[in-house]
Amino acid sequence: MKLTLRVWRQQNAETPGAMATYEVDGISPDMSFLEMLDTLNEELILGGDEPVAFDHDCREGICGACSLVINGDAHGPERTTTCQLHMRSFQDGDTIDVEPWRASAFPVVKDLVVDRSAFDRIIQSGGYISAPTGTAPDAHATPVPKPDADFAFEHAECIGCGACVAACPNGSAMLFTSAKVNHLNVLPQGAPERETRVLDMVATMDEEGFGGCTLTGECATACPKGIPLPSIAAMNKEWLRATRKVRR
Amino acid sequence: MSDYTNYVTGEPVVDTKAPEGPVADRWDTRRFEAKLVNPANRRKHTVIVVGTGLAGGSAGATLAEQGYHVVQFCFQDSPRRAHSVAAQGGINAAKNYRNDGDSVHRLFYDTVKGGDFRAREPNVHRLAEISVEIIDQCVAQGVPFAREYGGLLDNRSFGGVQVSRTFYARGQTGQQLLLGAYQALSRQIAAGNVELHPRTEMLDLIVVDGKARGIVARDLVTGKIDTYFADAVVLASGGYGNVFYLSTNAMNSNTTAIWRAHRRGAYFANPCFTQIHPTCIPRTGDHQSKLTLMSESLRNDGRIWVPKAKGDTRPANEIPEEERDYYLERVYPAFGNLVPRDIASRAAKNVCDEGRGVGPGGQGVYLDFAEAIQRMGRDKVEEKYGNLFDMYAQITAENPYETPMRIYPAVHYTMGGLWVDYDLQTTIPGLFAIGEANFSDHGANRLGASALMQGLADGYFVLPSTINDYLARNPHAEAVDAGHPAVAEAVAETEDRLNLLLAVDGDRTPDSFHREIGELMWEFCGMARTEEGLRKALDRIPQIREEFWRRIKVPGTGEQFNQSLEKANRIVDYLELAELMCLDALHRAESCGGHFREESQTPDGEAARRDEDFSYAAAWEFSSTGDAPVLHKEDLVFEYVHPTQRSYA
Amino acid sequence: MSRGPSVVSMALATRTDRRSSMTRTLWDSSVGKKTIMAVSGLIMLGYLVVHMLGNLKIFFGSDEFNHYAHWLRTLGEPFLHYEWALWIVRVVLVAAVVLHAVSAYQLSRRDIRARPNAYVHRKARASYATRTMRWGGIILALFIVWHILDLTTGTVHPGGFQAGHPYQNVLDTFSTWYGNVIYIVAVLAVGLHVQHGFWSAAQTLGVGNATRDRMLKTVGNVLAVVLTAGFVSVPVAVMTGVVN
Repeated sequence: MKLTLRVWRQQNAETPGAMATYEVDGISPDMSFLEMLDTLNEELILGGDEPVAFDHDCREGICGACSLVINGDAHGPERTTTCQLHMRSFQDGDTIDVEPWRASAFPVVKDLVVDRSAFDRIIQSGGYISAPTGTAPDAHATPVPKPDADFAFEHAECIGCGACVAACPNGSAMLFTSAKVNHLNVLPQGAPERETRVLDMVATMDEEGFGGCTLTGECATACPKGIPLPSIAAMNKEWLRATRKVRR
Repeated sequence: MSDYTNYVTGEPVVDTKAPEGPVADRWDTRRFEAKLVNPANRRKHTVIVVGTGLAGGSAGATLAEQGYHVVQFCFQDSPRRAHSVAAQGGINAAKNYRNDGDSVHRLFYDTVKGGDFRAREPNVHRLAEISVEIIDQCVAQGVPFAREYGGLLDNRSFGGVQVSRTFYARGQTGQQLLLGAYQALSRQIAAGNVELHPRTEMLDLIVVDGKARGIVARDLVTGKIDTYFADAVVLASGGYGNVFYLSTNAMNSNTTAIWRAHRRGAYFANPCFTQIHPTCIPRTGDHQSKLTLMSESLRNDGRIWVPKAKGDTRPANEIPEEERDYYLERVYPAFGNLVPRDIASRAAKNVCDEGRGVGPGGQGVYLDFAEAIQRMGRDKVEEKYGNLFDMYAQITAENPYETPMRIYPAVHYTMGGLWVDYDLQTTIPGLFAIGEANFSDHGANRLGASALMQGLADGYFVLPSTINDYLARNPHAEAVDAGHPAVAEAVAETEDRLNLLLAVDGDRTPDSFHREIGELMWEFCGMARTEEGLRKALDRIPQIREEFWRRIKVPGTGEQFNQSLEKANRIVDYLELAELMCLDALHRAESCGGHFREESQTPDGEAARRDEDFSYAAAWEFSSTGDAPVLHKEDLVFEYVHPTQRSYA
Repeated sequence: MSRGPSVVSMALATRTDRRSSMTRTLWDSSVGKKTIMAVSGLIMLGYLVVHMLGNLKIFFGSDEFNHYAHWLRTLGEPFLHYEWALWIVRVVLVAAVVLHAVSAYQLSRRDIRARPNAYVHRKARASYATRTMRWGGIILALFIVWHILDLTTGTVHPGGFQAGHPYQNVLDTFSTWYGNVIYIVAVLAVGLHVQHGFWSAAQTLGVGNATRDRMLKTVGNVLAVVLTAGFVSVPVAVMTGVVN
């Protein structure tokens, strides 16, 4: 396959960026999208140019590092991570636009690499259960009804890639935040911190400069792990409950 | 032949920390004998932790909970992305929730035997004891393990053991356990007890007066090289499987942290012990950048076969039953498709070497679910393996419900690593290694669902207990002087290395060297090794290294985000590690676990262990690049599990 | 809301920061502001349903329509004074409109700040109703001003405004081309706004979940269609001479 790539190049957070056009040839439909970029980068290096910087690590769809907006879609046309997107999803001769996640809470580090540490700070503000090592009771001390366990798991699948923010026209992190809140709040182990968790995580989310939710549903459509849109409603419910309950 | 193979054997290395007495009491004894640090004094101690995977994440969180000041590093943008995240299958624990005869002793026994009698008994027993606490800890953190309708935890049998002791969270157990550790760590970061440096990579170890006192690290965003000082340094930087270029490791997993520690004096043990996982998706071409593993639970119901005839290119469905060779069922009738990983991997290599492999390049065998679908129904198969089938379809664009999957072995895990004593301390005082970065618990072969167990055991329970002893005995009243010659030297060496990489301006990319060394290692130090092949590799590696320093091309500068520079710098260390791996494989003229020497096999082609000559861990001491290292042997004593030759026929 | 890292050093310590009042928490949070929008939106939606049903009385002739309008002023008597009920409704509505609009303005500013650079590769996203919430809201706000000046105060009413004779006033308005255009455009905006707004409010208030989603969407759609049809029927009836 022969393709035309238009790739966002930006030296660092301070310098403005622009799209640059490259031609790549000899692309196999079996390549992953990132392997196609590897091919481009090999040519760029040999030509003395700086290769296109992009985040990637596990390349099996679970670490959440890869983060490209391809032809306007977070992670490209298939519902998967960029690393699991294959070139067979494109046609010979296509022009493909590759851009970074765009949100003020995710400043560009270089080219297609963005800083997603805001997500870490949301987790730090309450996305955990306080269980210092050594304090745990026997694992079977508290049975968890299977539907609750399944609900928790469904939300725990989030890989923190940020596609929800990238896809949302408001750059909102509601789907990410709700996934963690719902995972922990439904479990009996998470109950003691149920109210503070949701209040603090939502407050941090706001402070980090993410937009609000207008329920466009773009986040859930882009989510490679299928975190469902009703997850947001479930968090809103938790949040409202918490505002009523927390008095101290 | 290079001088590199003329190694000398030095003094034996002895684990002075494992106490005497019955194996079941030793961990208690050690914890009692270890000195403690007064809780009020812990805040004055700084501990550096490199890596945020299961071992590093859990260690950082736990040390911080105990009151230590933790400074933690990861090269990823977030601690949550460490490669532990990719483990699929599960985590073992001797809970005996199934009342099926499991016990701490049985897990201990299975692990020693599974490791082909090349692991230390006391370490493995401790691991089995702690396994029980890990599950409790993770459940308390909210890890969503699979549950039954009664609300209790579900278990499955894994990796051919006869009890159901594996806890799992669908196919994402590693992810869920890692998020548990990451969240515990996040809590401590918010509390100010952990100072996290993401996108910061350790490039050297600082040893002052014989003790590990800090690291040299590069901020990957700004390129700035900084020094960080502490009272102890913990390496939790994972394994070195990426030396093979193609492996199931993450793209950025690397050996630099442990290799640089090795160069500073930490012994490297059993580097040749590599696990090759039999059920990975085969490569599709030269562009392949990594391999994807599929849980070996697939072998519970899938049948592995190749065509009987060489060069049979018919589609699988057109090959009649009588022209198929279900070779594992034929050769190992008792275990069939469930033989251990190393045996299944080697068998696949053998049939492919015979020219009976399938798929592109003949590097694959079929894993067929047709019979399972007929027996259990498609729905049942989908329920059990649906996510794995989807993953396969996503990558290959083939429907595994209709055409058999193609699989091929791939490098998956490295049992070798830095030599550590019972306290997980390396031969450099104050330097600890945990998780896959050390060599301690798996011997020559790791059982399925044991890597997660070991990482968390080390991080949550072992290290936080044993590091007290070191810190109590070495209170380090004096801070490290940043102008100390050892510090200046480590920084200068790092800067020189990076500058040289940038200055060569040759005509080959970092990846091209990585691929070259990887292919060489796969061919000669992969699934089956021979003296001849290893000697060939040992001849070739210095040549590649020489060529590397002549022809490498790294664009850009060191004062910026520069992924080519990161890559090239990691390859520098692979080019040295590869040599040690080959030497270790050459010197160990026996077959054991993941290490198969063709010269050492039984008449029917099985691995033949040679306990009389090789019942030891080989700990190598670095001398200088390209010069022969010194071998220190640690004799292994088996008081409880008596060595027997494995038999799966 | 006073906050800060919610965790404190070591396991034994306790949190020391105090939380703010519920009102403060609501107003300071993006989720809280959405709650305010949802509640105020539902109040206005309830009003619109009643208003639309009242409008339909026009089909029963001028006496009944004018009488209904007069009855609204006497509502609640003798417990309430003349027009008190109406003023209470007006106050509640004004409060709802102001809260809704201020929240929408502030949230929109936050949303725009959160995505300062647009994607080079643009793609039409989400449904039309979802994308037009902001412009639809602005159109509705302008319409409300005109609508009050036209039929409540009579300031911009075409032809002589007669207090107490709403039937005639309505006929006047819908006898002009621009009256019809403004009104019909606004009513269509109401329909679109309600279609997304009702379902969205349900999500914000945490009523939505996977099983109820279809039901909530259906209710939103039905409300949107019924309101649009009900409101549009009046100018259409005037234009076609059904009402004269």
